[in-house]
Amino acid sequence: MTFRKTTLLAALLSATALSAQAADFRFALESDPDILDPDQSRTFVGRIVYTALCDKLVDITPDLEIVPQLATEWSWNDEGTALTMTLREGVTFHDGTPFDAEAVAANIERSQTMEESRRKSEVASITGTEVLGPHQIRIDLAQPDATLLAQLADRAGMMVSPTAAAEAGADFGLAPVCSGPYKFEERVAQDKIVLSKFAEYWNAGEFHFDTVTYLPIPDSTVRLANLQSGDVDAINRLAATDVAQVRNDPSLKVEEAVSLGYQGITFNIGNGERGDNPWGNDARLRKALELAIDRNAINQVVFEGTAPAGNQAFPPNSPWYDTSLPVPERDVEAAKALLAEAGYENGIDLEVQAPNTPVNLQLMQVIQSMAAEAGINISITSKEFATMLSDQTAGDFTASQVGWSGRVDPDGNIHQFMTTDAGLNDAKYSNEEVDRLLDEARVTTDMAARKESYDAAAKILNEDKPIIYLYHETWIWALDDAIEGFVPYPDGMFRLAGVTKSE
Amino acid sequence: MLSFVARRIVIAIPTVILISIFVFGLQKLLPGDPILAMAGEERDPETIAFLREKYRMNDPVWVQYATWIKGVVTGNLGISLRTNQPVTELIAQKLPVTIQLALMALVFALVIGIPAGILSAVKKGTITDYVANVVALSGLSIPNFWLGIMLILLVAVKWQALPASGYVPPGEDLWLSLKTMLMPAFVLGTALAATLMRHTRSAMLGVLKSDYVRTARAKGLAERRVILRHAFRNALTPIVTLTALLFGELIAGAVLTEQIFTIPGFGKLVVDAVFNRDYAVVQGIVLVTAMGFIVMNILADAAYFVLNPRLRKQ
Repeated sequence: MTFRKTTLLAALLSATALSAQAADFRFALESDPDILDPDQSRTFVGRIVYTALCDKLVDITPDLEIVPQLATEWSWNDEGTALTMTLREGVTFHDGTPFDAEAVAANIERSQTMEESRRKSEVASITGTEVLGPHQIRIDLAQPDATLLAQLADRAGMMVSPTAAAEAGADFGLAPVCSGPYKFEERVAQDKIVLSKFAEYWNAGEFHFDTVTYLPIPDSTVRLANLQSGDVDAINRLAATDVAQVRNDPSLKVEEAVSLGYQGITFNIGNGERGDNPWGNDARLRKALELAIDRNAINQVVFEGTAPAGNQAFPPNSPWYDTSLPVPERDVEAAKALLAEAGYENGIDLEVQAPNTPVNLQLMQVIQSMAAEAGINISITSKEFATMLSDQTAGDFTASQVGWSGRVDPDGNIHQFMTTDAGLNDAKYSNEEVDRLLDEARVTTDMAARKESYDAAAKILNEDKPIIYLYHETWIWALDDAIEGFVPYPDGMFRLAGVTKSE
Repeated sequence: MLSFVARRIVIAIPTVILISIFVFGLQKLLPGDPILAMAGEERDPETIAFLREKYRMNDPVWVQYATWIKGVVTGNLGISLRTNQPVTELIAQKLPVTIQLALMALVFALVIGIPAGILSAVKKGTITDYVANVVALSGLSIPNFWLGIMLILLVAVKWQALPASGYVPPGEDLWLSLKTMLMPAFVLGTALAATLMRHTRSAMLGVLKSDYVRTARAKGLAERRVILRHAFRNALTPIVTLTALLFGELIAGAVLTEQIFTIPGFGKLVVDAVFNRDYAVVQGIVLVTAMGFIVMNILADAAYFVLNPRLRKQ
């Protein structure tokens, strides 16, 4: 009873203290998240909701370093096959279930064994867990896995209440229960997701809004209009074409971060019958196309300077970028010479499939006109995204304008695309040396050794060019000028810690 | 009249069955694999295999259809592949939203379209007629999405008079709900108003030329009474049919309007479902919409009996 009174008093006091502050933070997303179960969900926008709803074992800094969240410290054994974590004490889930080592074990088991789990491959290296004490757990691996901590800094590391998860099963996402700074209140599909402040959160002082409302608004013009009219406090994915306008508006501001992902052109090297074509068989043609493209012009013309040029799986500002392979300058003569060398001095045709969005089409049209000057006659086949991906998987393509949203660990940007028979290797590119280097980088926790492997692989890939990397997207947020304290992260998440609204 | 309605309902049954087959078949012809769409960027083969099994995508198409129809008959339209919510629940959640939008749009359409039609018929050949025609033509030819965005920029951003987009249920805050829905209803209503105006005008012109109107005038009835009581009532029959048929246009228009104004209604549900290849949702919505359309038509036919005494005697 006394406890209840104290809580009530505390709640009242904090309500009075915050009454001068805006109580609700309204954030516009570009689409409606899918199911709100960290083990089942797959959308990018869903992860943004989780930053407020579900805490993870570890988090990242804007420089991609791993830092504590629910785990306060951790250490590897010498072989790199056991990760011992110390957990934060005094943490509870939104339903009152205490957070402890048992809860972590249950969560890892859920990610690994629930039929609907989409996290299986992310935690596949874990062979078991050992609860060492109420707040200490050891995670055992079959072999060293350098990517594991980065996985635990994302959905695989999000802790859901074991009580609620056992009760709801696969329907957990209809009313998720986690341990984040905000708890789930209500969701109306395609309309809103409402979270309210969790008073017992371990770091509640850093979160300054009573409620958070996420609103999916797909049209970028309408999203911006909602910000301008004051109906929302911040928006995700401001269109590059609107950046100048927002910068000139004193009541708004823009924040940016270069993303972890990339966009490029993937070639069909050996995926089915269609892989047997001049573009798939002769790397000189792919090199010629790359030389015909002016990436900086693309950045200026299509993206108003918001999409830095790139030529590797990691953006140039990443610690994993190989600086000995800078983005090449456009050289039409060299491109023509390569075409002639390959036996196509009179030019060659190339069919590229691209998603049917205005930006992707504009991008391909710019590339089309640049390539034409070198004698490469590109025809663009525009497809709805799901169709394009399915054709790509089936090998029904010559070249595909496609990208990847990016992962915190470098492995996530390259291993599954470039190793023989890997899940996302739609090019069906295969090179034993690349396989060896990328496998090696996966199992060592020595950063310098990993970097060496990635650099060596980058040099081979730069010669073979199964993918011509073009540019790296920038996350662009527009905020009401009254919003303070937002820190942009390259993972594109909108973290609410320290964010305030002044009146 | 009752036997007439009953007959219409019996005829409607094969229509609904045909529509269900058509919708189901058409979906299967859509390019793009729903399971791949669900599997997301990672496209993990194990997940894909599991999902195919779970949603019975490996069964022959006719088995899938039979399973679905069996559910439909028992009131179970399946669950959304994307959010795990039951389709019936989604429809129950979204239908009132779109009905509110459609009704408000219909009010705009009727209030603008019918008086404008009468006026331009009565004042045929005058400046009033021409102005009304130009306005109607603009209403027909200005695309919804353009008008919508322009209104948002003007009314919400510049004047800050109405919310830019979104939806508030009337039960939560009636005034805010009406305010939020005002712009979308206007955008959706204007296009219909134009159609209504043109039809009212031609129906009125036909009736105004008829003998009984001349007789009424000869009797010395007030012009106002002649037009509203005698002429308009008879011109009303085609207008009622049209309004019922406009229901289809209203739903189609709502798809676009809801997309622009981010209204979580039927139209937005179906568009998002198509893009996410959320088959169960698309099938459920199309079936329910088709049934709604049939019901509206039966109601329109029934309304003839009320409006036209000659039919009542047959």
